[in-house]
Formats: sequence, structure tokens, C-alpha cells
Amino acid sequence: MKKPFKALPIASMSLLAIATSAIISTTASAAIVPEGTKLASVQELVRGNGAEPASLDPQKVEGTPGSTVTKDLFEGLITQDADGNVIPGQAESWTVSDDNKVFTFKIRDNAKWSNGEPVKASDFVFAFRRAVDPALASRYAWYMEIPTIINATDIVNGKMKPETLGVKALDDKTFQVTLEKPVPYFVKMLAHQTMFPVPEAVVKKFGDDWTRPENIVTNGAFTLKDWVVNEKLVLERNANYWNDKETVIDKVTYLPITSQTAELSRYKAGELDMTNEIPLEHYKSLKKQIPEQIKTTPQLGTYYYAFNLQEKPFDDVRIRQALSYAINRSAITDYILKQGQIPAYTFTPQAVAGFTPPATEYSKLSQKERDQKARDLMKAAGFDKSNPLKLNLLYNTSESHKKVAIAISQMWKPLGVQVTLENQEWKTFLDSRDEGKFQVARAGWIGDYNEPSTMLDLNTTTHGNNDGKYSSKRYDQLMAKSRVVTSDEERAKLYAEAEEILAEDMPIAPVYQYVTSRLVKNHVGGYPLNNVEDNVFTRDLYIKQ
Amino acid sequence: MAVCLPPQGPVTGLEAIPLSSPLHWFKLQVCINREGIHQTVPMFAFTIKRLAVAIPTLFILILLSFFLMQMAPGSPFTGDFNLPPEILANLQAKYHLDKPLWQQFMYYLGDLMQGDLGPSFKYKDYTVNELVAQSLPVSLTIGSVAFIFTVITGVTLGTLAALKQNSWVDYTVMTFSMIGIVLPSFVIAPLMVLIFAVTLQWLPAGGWNDGNWANMILPVSAMAILYMASVARIMRSSMIETLNSNFIRTAKAKGLPQRVIILRHALKPALLPVISYLGPAFVGIITGSVVIETVFGLPGMGQHFVNGALNRDYSLVLGLTIIIGALTILFTAIVDILYGLIDPKIRVGK
Amino acid sequence: MAGSIAIKSNTMVKKDSIDAVEKFSSELEIQGRSLWDDARRRFLHNKAAVASLAILFAVLLMVLFGPMLSQYTFDEIDWANMAAAPSFETGHFFGTDSLGRDLFVRTLEGGRISFLVGAMGALVAVIIGTVYGSMAGFLGGRVDNLMMRALEILQSFPFMFLVILLITFFGRSILLIFVAIGAVSWLDMARIVRGQTLSLKSKEFVEAAIISGANSRQIIFRHLIPNLLGIVVVYASLLVPGMILFESFLSFLGLGVQEPMTSWGALVNEGAMSMEVAIWQLAFPTAFLVVTLFCFNFIGDGLRDALDPKDR
Repeated sequence: MKKPFKALPIASMSLLAIATSAIISTTASAAIVPEGTKLASVQELVRGNGAEPASLDPQKVEGTPGSTVTKDLFEGLITQDADGNVIPGQAESWTVSDDNKVFTFKIRDNAKWSNGEPVKASDFVFAFRRAVDPALASRYAWYMEIPTIINATDIVNGKMKPETLGVKALDDKTFQVTLEKPVPYFVKMLAHQTMFPVPEAVVKKFGDDWTRPENIVTNGAFTLKDWVVNEKLVLERNANYWNDKETVIDKVTYLPITSQTAELSRYKAGELDMTNEIPLEHYKSLKKQIPEQIKTTPQLGTYYYAFNLQEKPFDDVRIRQALSYAINRSAITDYILKQGQIPAYTFTPQAVAGFTPPATEYSKLSQKERDQKARDLMKAAGFDKSNPLKLNLLYNTSESHKKVAIAISQMWKPLGVQVTLENQEWKTFLDSRDEGKFQVARAGWIGDYNEPSTMLDLNTTTHGNNDGKYSSKRYDQLMAKSRVVTSDEERAKLYAEAEEILAEDMPIAPVYQYVTSRLVKNHVGGYPLNNVEDNVFTRDLYIKQ
Repeated sequence: MAVCLPPQGPVTGLEAIPLSSPLHWFKLQVCINREGIHQTVPMFAFTIKRLAVAIPTLFILILLSFFLMQMAPGSPFTGDFNLPPEILANLQAKYHLDKPLWQQFMYYLGDLMQGDLGPSFKYKDYTVNELVAQSLPVSLTIGSVAFIFTVITGVTLGTLAALKQNSWVDYTVMTFSMIGIVLPSFVIAPLMVLIFAVTLQWLPAGGWNDGNWANMILPVSAMAILYMASVARIMRSSMIETLNSNFIRTAKAKGLPQRVIILRHALKPALLPVISYLGPAFVGIITGSVVIETVFGLPGMGQHFVNGALNRDYSLVLGLTIIIGALTILFTAIVDILYGLIDPKIRVGK
Repeated sequence: MAGSIAIKSNTMVKKDSIDAVEKFSSELEIQGRSLWDDARRRFLHNKAAVASLAILFAVLLMVLFGPMLSQYTFDEIDWANMAAAPSFETGHFFGTDSLGRDLFVRTLEGGRISFLVGAMGALVAVIIGTVYGSMAGFLGGRVDNLMMRALEILQSFPFMFLVILLITFFGRSILLIFVAIGAVSWLDMARIVRGQTLSLKSKEFVEAAIISGANSRQIIFRHLIPNLLGIVVVYASLLVPGMILFESFLSFLGLGVQEPMTSWGALVNEGAMSMEVAIWQLAFPTAFLVVTLFCFNFIGDGLRDALDPKDR
């Protein structure tokens, strides 16, 4: 019922180097209301949020429910427009040193906390140090290590004090970050909540209780009014937000409804303006009744099946290929999911920026031809109906995973494969997968930033989520090389080559490319249809009459 | 009446389960049919005895749940992506999970003695005490309203059916209560939402709204139907049994009006089995039905428990188990005491 | 030749066994007239119970042999008919689920699991309960006291929660579900059996038997067991529907049987999710579930009335 796999979408990052000159604010983060639109007199929005957020503290947030809400409550140095492009947030401009290592941000004069206090550079310093402080134990501490902020890794490891982190407040409104290595996409990473500022004075005063409605102070377009765990989060417009004049919504309520059917009922009863998901069983009839309310956005992620290469006979490439070929991907997307998901024959989804995944060889065949090939391969590997391959297919408890697993196990049946389905609770499932206690397991990967390496890195030997323990020297070398080449074209070529290796070795069987689809009432305007990281900022929305 | 026992005597055979006993009705709370209370044990001593049992019971409960949690695969920190070992170590240190198990248990017991259930592993901004303080009143409110509703309608309908035994009234009541018993609540509750919220749009489909009455109607009815059906059935057979007993026959022979017979003589003994059913049922009702809370999006304890188990939120689940355990013990004791107060044979003594 | 020999030997066996059965039943009659005959007469007098027994038998037959009537298997996907309404043309008598699997076959297959869960769960409860209760009753004294205290402690456990914990943590297998459910429900059984044992020990007819020189084996088998059996049967018949409902609750939490197997609880839960768009997915499994539970109830009532020693 909950969206079972969703690494936090991290702000879109690209390897495109950011110019070393200062970037001056041109666009603003705000609702863009088309000319002639009649706004409703009551600007209140109710959004389904899937689950109860684990925290609203930017440095403690984990999971999508929390990150969605914090993105309304707080704002980082930069933020995103509705389509996911970088736009200035709390910083009105910034400069980058010639060696691409020192970033200096100029914070807006009118950037204020909701209690009227100015947002200071020291608030950012405080927040960045918190994120790496072992005492806070942020799950996202690693996020500060990626851009190689000076000493971040040593601080997380407890070898150095948080005060030694490479961040500085030059004055009240100037904040400086120093990196160990030039990381060109650092600025894009700043749109992630781990790098949001927190009000130092308030956090120090209230400790762990500072996120309560009665204590909290925010710098985003909204501030927290009411919080009932497992029922609702009520946010009200923050009059002190620097761009408050362009915010339209006055009040937004997030409902943590875990059951998709319950969410749909409440949407139909008019208690929700936006759902978090659409139950599969209802999609067809909704498409008939209210097609205009279904909003589907491609997502930067791939649903796949991982083979455990440590287990016999899955170390045999023929078996892996046969199993992958026999999956009728368009049947799954067209008959089971039906929400516009795209059959996947590569690991990188088409939604990624700046790269078109190659058409792998098996994607060009018809399903009939693939089935034939699969049968031949299976026979060559020594398995057929009289000597069936018995395998255990692991997935985590969820209606849609169950459906896909059942369908795929049926597609494998003609190969003489006998599938035992095993579903486990999310935590148990993750444990089994991490420890390699599976034969074939469902998996999904949502990109952390909008660039192919966020996907392809997963299959390198040392990656923490390479659960099937695939290891290819050639592949590792390709990925390492992709980091040092400077031309985009050359890099794309390397990525394409990597995809071809995956299609050959088939350590994983890509199944489909994710989409997000939700129901949005007709009176809600400004819903973004192009944000592949699924960032829907309430400040960009408005209610029509 | 089959319930009363000779001093120190055991409960005997089928007599131990009165026809009307809740045992025969299979709600999730399997009923507690206890040994009778002997009139030789004074209420005070009895209460002490109960307390003496309650403490080790709670302790065993805590111990069992604590170690069960630790044995479970997965940890509160298992997530979408594998955490670097140093971050994991920091997290574990923060919650004392790097200490040996027995030491963790001692930590927990120590805090518990001071009434502190610890921080929630999942909801980082809250302690378990706060989560309980937020969810218990919701469960209590819904539960109490549903309980009162259940008792009044259940007892009335049951008595009515008993008086008009084998009439259409009887059959209607019994058929409906049977349906209430056999239809799972995850069918009844969404059906009610579909009819009253989605189609007719009379009532909200979910939410709590600080206990707004409109938000309570559907969940309370869905919950009450479940228990009401059982109460009505138990009441009916118990009433029939009572009406056939000698002392009622005597009363009838004396020519007392029916109203007096029922209200003054029959009702009390007939209520006994209902009470022994309601004790555990009350705990079930107030600790929240997971199903009802999920369907109606209510911020009660049931949802916390299931989510807590799924999230491996050790402290939250332990805290709730302790509270629910304590409530169970409390209410079984209350039932015993009520039993003593209401059972005429115990009161009269021999 | 060989065939006739086989037949011959078959009839031989048959005759032997018929003799044995006759002998046995005549013995049974002598012994049973006092209790079982009475009970049977009373039970057969109860129309609701008898009708329920007939219906339940019919349901059981359908569940066991019904799937053979369909051209589909329980896990086969009919890509052309997904979430299709009931139709005789396609052969999906009860329609299909959202994956295009035949609901007629699945409902009946699910029935097997539900019956199995019900029966096994009740069996576990009855076995543990009877052993525990009768031990406490027979041994008496301090042991009895101790065992009853332990029972009291166990009764204060929020068992439903422990079952949920157990299954979320350690995965689900049908076996585990049986054991978990059974383990929750034996407490009352134990209490009842103990009480019955204790009371029987001091009953006049047992004393009379002792005086007339019966040995303890005779007492146990002639007097105690038959009397205990009544309660056990009644209680078990009431436990079965409880077990089936509990399984459906576990299914609601997503903790039920493993796909592609199914149970009525799982089917009803899936049906409840799509009741607006595909009512047949809810209606058929629910009808089976409800009818079965109704029947068990009436049978339980009938058995209790028939076996209640109070009326004798």
C-alpha cells in the first residue's frame, strides 16, 4: 500500500559544469497563474501524502512523505521551478572560485524566518554541521560526503569535530562552502532538505521538540500549524517568506493515508484535492469516468528483477538471459499496470536528462522471438519441462508487486520454470536482499539526481545496493572512465556501452520504467507535469474557481 | 444459572460455559471465562491477589516482547539504500543498540520505572509517551462511545429477541447479528464509506478532526456492529435461560407483572455472561481496531501498533504492548469485581 | 483371471471389515446408548443444525471437487479477460480477478485453505487445551494451582498483537499461521477441560464405578473420555469459524497465505478493495465465507444443545 521503493529524490544534478561567474536571479519560485484565471476565494488545499513522515527536521527526514512536507516548510540556498530546473532560493546569487572548489553564496536581504528574524549565514553553518554530526546521527550524513565538503567524511566517522566542516559564515548574509574536489553538480544538490537551513536559536532552545507546531520556525513558503500523528499535518502560509506575495495557497493539509483505496474514497468524497497514488484496480474505471483528473508524470526510476549471481544456477548467463527474455514487458505495462509505464530493456530510463538509452538487441525482437530464444537458452543450460528449474521469487508485500510477480511467474512457466513466490514485509525483505538470501528478487531504483550514472553505478562491483553481486571488470572500468571524460558526447557513448554490457550479462532484468500518477481535482492549477523527480511544491499551485 | 460455584469448587464442565457464554462467539478477543469467584474470598484480598499476579504478568510480557523484537530480522535502520557502516554505528550508539542485549533490557526497565517509554525509533520528533498521549484519547473516545452504544442496543435487542422468542422480531435480530458476526469489518467499514460518504455524501469518509461528531458516526457504528451482534446473541440466550430458571417461574407463579420480572429479577443474572464478554471486548474496543483505524484514517493506537511492528519501531511497539497488557489485566479484574457485585448467588451466600 | 482374483480378495477384505465394523458398532451401541444416541437424536431434531450440516457438506464437496468443473487453474492468467464480470461464455462462472485469474476456481481453492486453517487451528487449540487442562485436573493440588496461575498470566497477554509480531517478523507459512492462531485459542479450552475433569472425578457415577470395582482404565475410557469429548467437540465446532475469521483478519493486514495460493479471507480483502468497480470479486468469496460461518454456528449451537449434560 505504501510506495515501497523510493529513495529520496535528490535535487536534480547534472555533470554539466556550472559557470564560474556569478548567477543572478532571474526567475522566482512562485505559482504562475495564467492570465484570465479566476482564483477561488478560499485557497485551501488537501494533499494525500502516503504515510506519516518520520520527521520534519530537515536533517532527520527520511522517506518521501517527510521530504515533500519539508520542501514546503523550508527552503535551501537554491530551489527548483516546477519543471525541476535550478532557481535561486534563499541565496540571491553565488560565485564559484576558479578551481571549482569554493562556493560563496549571497543570502537575500529579505530572507526571513517565520518569526520575523532574518535568515543568517550562521543558520546554514549550523544546519550543515548538524547533518554530519554523529550525535544527531542523520541517515543522510552520506549526502554531505558526496560533494566532498572538507572533512565531512572524517566528522561522520567521529575522527574530527563538526566545527571543522568546510563551511563558513563570512558575515550575516554570506555563506561559503569549500570542497575537497571540484564537484560541478554541487549547486544542484543544495535543493535537497539535508542542506536546508534550520533556525539555530530555536533548535537550541527546544531541542528535539523544536519541530512541534507551537515551537517551529520555518523559512519556506509555509509554516506548521497543526500536527496529529497518523491523521494530518496542517501548514499555513508564511507571511515572512521572501516571495510570499506570489504564493497563492493559504493553507495546505497533508493526510498520511496509507491505504490507497481509503485515499481514493476520500478523494471521491471531496475530502482530498490530490491523491498520492492511484490503486491499480480502479485505474481503468477512473480513466473512463474522470480522465482529466489523472495526472501522469514520467519518473526517473526503473523497476527490475535482480538475479543472485552467488547462487547456482543464476551464475549461468544463459539462465539469466532466458528468464529476462521470457518476461513479456508490454503485457505487464499494458494489461497490469496500465498507467503509462514504459517497458524497460535498459537500466536507465528514458526520462533521464541528456542521454537516450540505446535500443538493446533483445528489445528489437518480437516477444515470440524472445520466447523462442529463451526456450533455446534454457535447454542449452540443461533445463526443460522434464528437468524444471525451481526458483524462489522474493518481493515485498504490496498489491502491485504481487501482481507483477504473479504475472512473471506465469510467463516463466512455459520455460519449465517452477516459481515459488515469497513475499516479506519491507524490513525483512530488505534484510534478505542485503544479505543475499534470495534467488530472484524484485527491486526498484529511483535516481538520486538527474543523470545516467545515478542508475548505472548500481551495477558496479562495490556499490552498496548491488545485491546480486554482479562484478564485471569491463563495466567498472567504463563507469570509472565516465567520470573523467569532459565531453558530454563521449560520456553518453560510454553509458551506451555500459547498457550493452548489461544486456549481454543480464545481471538484472529491467521490467518497466516508473511513472508517478495521481488524481488531481480540476480546480487545482499549476500541477507540474514534467518534474521527473516528483517535486510538487505547494507554492507553485493554486485553486481555480 | 450455571456460573455460581461452591466454595473453592472448580468450574465444572459445560456448566462452565453458560449457553450464552462469549466463548461461543468468536470475536478476535477470545473471551476469558474465569474460575468463579468464591464468596469466601473477600473482595479486598481478591484485589491484592490480582495485583500480585499482574506484576509478574507484565514483566513476562515485557521480556517476551523485548526479545521477540530483537530476534526479528531487519532493524529500525534498514532502509531503501544501505547505510555506510559509520552512519549505522552512530545511529545504533544513539539508541544504545550497540550495547549487549541484557544491558539494553536493563536500560529499558530503568526508564520504564520512571514512566518513560523511550524515544520512538521511527517518529524521530516524538517520544513514545507523546505518541501514546496523542493516540490513547482518540482510541478511548471512539471506544467508549462505541462501547456504550454496543451495550445499550445489544442488551435491548437481545432481551427483545428473548421475549419474543421464535417470532419475526427474534429472527430479524438474530439474522442481523449473525451477519454482524460473520462479515469481516474490512468489508463492513468500506461498504459504509461507499454508501454514506462517497455516494450519499452525508458523512465524512475519514479523519478525526479533534473528535468532531460527524467524523465519529461511521467508525463508531462500524465498530459497534461487530460487538453489538455478539452482545445481542449472548443476551438473548442468557435471558432465555434465566427466564426458564426456577426463581423466575416462582415469580411468575406469584403473578408479578412481566415488566417487574424482567427488570427486577431477570436482567441482572442475565447480564452476567454479557459482562464477562465485555471485559476483554472493552480492551479490544478501546485499544482500537486496526481495521477501523486504517479504513477511516484515525490517529489511534491500533495503527501505531501495526506500523510500529512493520517499521521495527521497538520502543513504540513495546510501549503499546505494555499499555494494552496493563489495560487487559485491569479490565479482567474489573469484570471479576462486577461479577461479584451482580451475581445474586454470590451476594446471598450460602 | 488376475482381475477376478483381485475382486475376490477385495470382497474378502470387505467382508472382514464389514464384520469388524458391525462388531464394533454393536459394542459402541451398548456403550453409547447412554450418551451419543441421545445426543444424535437431539441433534437431528434441530432443523437449523441439520440443514446447516447439509449445506456445509455441499460447500465442502464443491470446494474439494468444484475446481475440476472449470477449464482454468487457480493461478493461470487469462490476459484477454482481466477483471471480467461473470460469464458462461468465457467459462469464468464467477468472473476474474484484476489479474485475469478465474475466481470460481480461486474461490474454491481459497475455501480449501480456509477450511484447513480452521480445522488445523482448532485442532492445535484442542490438543494443547485438552492436554493442559486434563493434566491440571488429574494432577490437582499444587501442580493444578501453578498451572492455573500460568494460564491466568497468559490470559492477560494481548495475543493478537503477539501473533502479528510473530508473522511480520518471521515471514508467513501456512504452518506458522495455524500454530499461531491455535496457540492463541487454547486457553479457554484448557480451563474448561480442567473444570470438567475435576468435576467428573467427584461425580457419583464415577464413585459408583469405583465401588463396583472398575479399574482406572475403564473409568477413564468409559466415563471420563466420553464426557470430555462432548465439550471438546462443541468447543471445536465453535472454534473453527473463529479461526477462519482470524485468518481473514491476517489477510487484511497482508499477513495471510502466500500467493498464488489464496484463502477466503484474502479474496474478500482483495474484493473489498475494488467493490465499486468489480462487485463480483467481493460477492462470491464473501457469500461462501458467510454461508460457511453461518453453518458452523448453527451446527455448534445444535451440538451444544445435544451434548449439554445439564439437560440429561
